[in-house]
Amino acid sequence: MADSAAVGKTAGSIPCFRLGFRFQWEPVQNGYVLLYPEGMVKLNESAGAILREVDGQRSVQDIVSALEQAFPEAGSLAGDVNEFLQHACEQHWIELS
Amino acid sequence: MNMPSSTLNGQKTATIGPPLWLLAELTYRCPLQCPYCSNPLDFAQTERELSTEDWVKVLRQGREMGAAQLGFSGGEPLVRQDLQELIAEARHLGYYSNLITSGLGLTNAKVEAFASAGLDHIQVSFQASDPELNNALAGSRKAFEQKLAMARAVKEAGYPMVLNFVIHRHNIHQMNDIMALCKRLGADFVELATCQYYGWAFKNREGLMPSRAQLEKAEREVNQYRARLLDDGSAMKLIFVTPDYYEERPKACMNGWGSLFLTVAPDGAALPCHSARLLPIDFPNVRDNDLKHIWYDSPGFNHYRGDGWMPEPCQSCDEKEKDFGGCRCQAFLLTGNADNADPVCSKSAYHDRILAARQAADHATAGIEELTYRNAGNSRMFFRS
Repeated sequence: MADSAAVGKTAGSIPCFRLGFRFQWEPVQNGYVLLYPEGMVKLNESAGAILREVDGQRSVQDIVSALEQAFPEAGSLAGDVNEFLQHACEQHWIELS
Repeated sequence: MNMPSSTLNGQKTATIGPPLWLLAELTYRCPLQCPYCSNPLDFAQTERELSTEDWVKVLRQGREMGAAQLGFSGGEPLVRQDLQELIAEARHLGYYSNLITSGLGLTNAKVEAFASAGLDHIQVSFQASDPELNNALAGSRKAFEQKLAMARAVKEAGYPMVLNFVIHRHNIHQMNDIMALCKRLGADFVELATCQYYGWAFKNREGLMPSRAQLEKAEREVNQYRARLLDDGSAMKLIFVTPDYYEERPKACMNGWGSLFLTVAPDGAALPCHSARLLPIDFPNVRDNDLKHIWYDSPGFNHYRGDGWMPEPCQSCDEKEKDFGGCRCQAFLLTGNADNADPVCSKSAYHDRILAARQAADHATAGIEELTYRNAGNSRMFFRS
């Protein structure tokens, strides 16, 4: 599987939100958003579900496990979660340590 | 979701979304005199500022309607003694709050206290990359050193560092120095905002607008610097705002009238943007009405929603849903009628006025001492005349 190498590389790393970035639920928009200096990203459902698990404590692997437990019908989520977290990292929304 | 739709000119318009962005212009008072200030020319006429209680009420109503981004602006918002109280209230309500400041009047203690109160971000504005030009433009001898010190204090206190430089023909040659300064300071976001010609900047347009050659050089420099940042893996983000006077199609101003953005001016006037009070429209005041009524039902906010108001060439234009005919304030300032197409558009009958401004920019020679500086004395002259 092409994804497993990439997952392996970051599975142990711990994502946290970049300084000044805030993740929160917006009732009026009925969704999660990411707020940052003078900007806001409206997150879709899966992005919201993944970023909700980011707490600066748990590793990528922990987050994958938590999501697989919460959404058992979705099967293996390591590839999707890793891909999204890489994207979030490239956007400088989160940092992986 | 209870977003009422409204009826304009007999036509049913699309559902009105919530005001996601609330700009609180706490005061028009400011220690600086920047000749490109976006405040109205007659700001000195504004007398009674909203009280702390008024602002708390506005913040609560806005948040309830869905506002998530909150800007504390001015004038210089630091002159309000209740700023920390308003910051705490904003945090309590769940806003992401931005303090837009010149840095004058800021202290390390305030930077820390605001952070404890829950402020998310402080944007410090600069006038130039060197003290001489910076202080001459700001009309203050100590401004530059203070700004540097406060930019560092912001970073040390754990905020993201956002620096703002207003760019015009007198500092556009400093682009590389400005970006290098920002990098040295450790900025996360840098706004290189070329003047938009409203308020004092419209009054001083001839003395501020860069030539096309200056602008193209600056754009190249910014793009080269961006490539270097990418190579270095730097997260510093450069936002370069170019003047729409060099475009052939207008900007989708404020993402559409009354679509996302709500400004409350120091005296409580509620506006669809911070320039709109120059328009001959009766805008509501938060002292008289709640924000929900103001946003959804007031004639002022519904005035340019939808497209029923549009004359030609906008009405039959296939881009009208993309740019909404451009900016109403610019149409008013340049044609005398805010209904007209924004003259930036090459389809506008008044586009020659934009072309004339470009031509003037190619030949302008005036120095910064010839600009009209934004201060109460000059402001009083405007509303007397």
